[in-house]
Amino acid sequence: MVVVTGRLTAKRPHPIAQLLWRRAALGVATLLVVATIVFLATEVLPGNAAYAILGHTASRARVIALEHQLHLNRGIFDQYWIWLTGLLSGRLGDSLANGMPVWGQVEPRLVNSAFLVLVSGAIGTVLGVGLGALAALRKDSFFDHASSVVFLGVAALPTFVVAIALIILLSTLVFHLLPAVSMISPGTYAWSQPRLMVLPVTTLVLIIVPYMQRMTRAAMVEALESDYVEMARLKGLSERRVVLVHALPNAVGPTIQVIGLVFLYLAGGIVVVETVFDFPGIGQGLVNAVADRDLPVIQIIVLILAAFYVVINILTDVIALLATPRRRIAR
Amino acid sequence: MLSRVLGGGWVLLAMAFAATTLGVAVGSAAGIYAAYVRGRIDGLVMRTVDVLLAFPQIIFALLLVSLVGPKLWLIVLAVGISHLPQVARVLRSATLDLSERDFIKVLELQGMRTHRIITKELLPNLVSPLMVEIGIRLTYSIIIISGLSFLGFGPQPPAANWGTMINTNRVAIVANPWGVVVPALLIALLTIGTNTFTDAVARVTIGLERRTEEAALLESAPT
Repeated sequence: MVVVTGRLTAKRPHPIAQLLWRRAALGVATLLVVATIVFLATEVLPGNAAYAILGHTASRARVIALEHQLHLNRGIFDQYWIWLTGLLSGRLGDSLANGMPVWGQVEPRLVNSAFLVLVSGAIGTVLGVGLGALAALRKDSFFDHASSVVFLGVAALPTFVVAIALIILLSTLVFHLLPAVSMISPGTYAWSQPRLMVLPVTTLVLIIVPYMQRMTRAAMVEALESDYVEMARLKGLSERRVVLVHALPNAVGPTIQVIGLVFLYLAGGIVVVETVFDFPGIGQGLVNAVADRDLPVIQIIVLILAAFYVVINILTDVIALLATPRRRIAR
Repeated sequence: MLSRVLGGGWVLLAMAFAATTLGVAVGSAAGIYAAYVRGRIDGLVMRTVDVLLAFPQIIFALLLVSLVGPKLWLIVLAVGISHLPQVARVLRSATLDLSERDFIKVLELQGMRTHRIITKELLPNLVSPLMVEIGIRLTYSIIIISGLSFLGFGPQPPAANWGTMINTNRVAIVANPWGVVVPALLIALLTIGTNTFTDAVARVTIGLERRTEEAALLESAPT
């Protein structure tokens, strides 16, 4: 009997592969809906989009020309179809602000932003997890209480307040150590000028560390107080072995979820940070595009961020699942 | 100068409260109803939540503001809507636990109407997660509204708030540091205050439910 059920389950796809496919399909569906919302949102602009972009003093001829360029003279389904197929085939259109191809100006910004997010996320994760685990191991010590109070305060600060505080402290009023703006020279990427990266990265790290610290501490404390850790202690294992082999692996699952959330948070955080420091990334690109009402650029950047959200979500779910031994078995 | 600073704080707080009320009221109504009736409505609400979550909060607000312009009511509406998915999620999971309890089952068997169960039985038992949500969303509302204003998409001058002040005084930071330092400090004080208050409420309610703080913190992880 056991053998038979074993064979039957073996024929089914692996539960994790199945989950991956389901999540991927759901992600694609979500993106499609997001794309439709973005399209419709730009479509329900009060009044004519061409007038909105050119201003009400524009000549009739210019308005008609722009209407043709944006396909505004066609029906809404035609417009949607042209837009969606263009998106899928990589024809993203031209910027309305300067007439250049959208991808040409979004791509270098995307690379810079990705670098900023990766560096800040990596440093923030190491610091946050380290400090959180340390606080959990020394629960109720002075270090634990002090770090809790400090991080509770820092966690509440808006990103731009942290950025302004760093600028005041390190580059204008108190010390003059670092440049207050991070204008990467055009044609080069962010990693070629590491000095300019310091303040934006520090700001983002300060924003994410409190949250990471708090969640890691919670996960670690829960693991340390669990039955299997008590069992390991009763067996007389060394504290080192108890922490590294028995407690830590069980705190990894929740911590990975938190790392995923932190990266998602960074995707929103770059908008403010890049604007404060004049860092040429997609966050600043979005703010500029919103100020210029540059619809094609707005659409692309919002879609990129939504895609990032979907991918990160799937990744964290799968990794957390693989890292949690008791949830790895098919139910 | 003083009256401008105080006026700016008043506008910011009023907008933040309005956005929080909107987000928590609509979000919790959707979450509680979906969790209690289950079925198709639940599926529909949760898929909507998934889609809305794909927009980072400040980007959702930016998108709406870019389309209609920086109107005061629109910013409140945009920030309120951007709270919906998180609030709905938290209240949904709290209601799912609650609606399996015996006292709800008994009332159902007695034939109590759905909306009466929700308003008279479920809602009073959800006061603590609601309080925590109100605190979290108030802090986020202040952060997002002042952030939008800082980016230059806030309500226009008569209704200028601390974020707008930092934005306009930033170019002259060396000549007149107080124009930046004072509003930045005030925003920091305000958000630290609301966050500490929320933390206190969360700790008190966790104590009432006699669970370890850590377990509750992990479950209430914002998403």
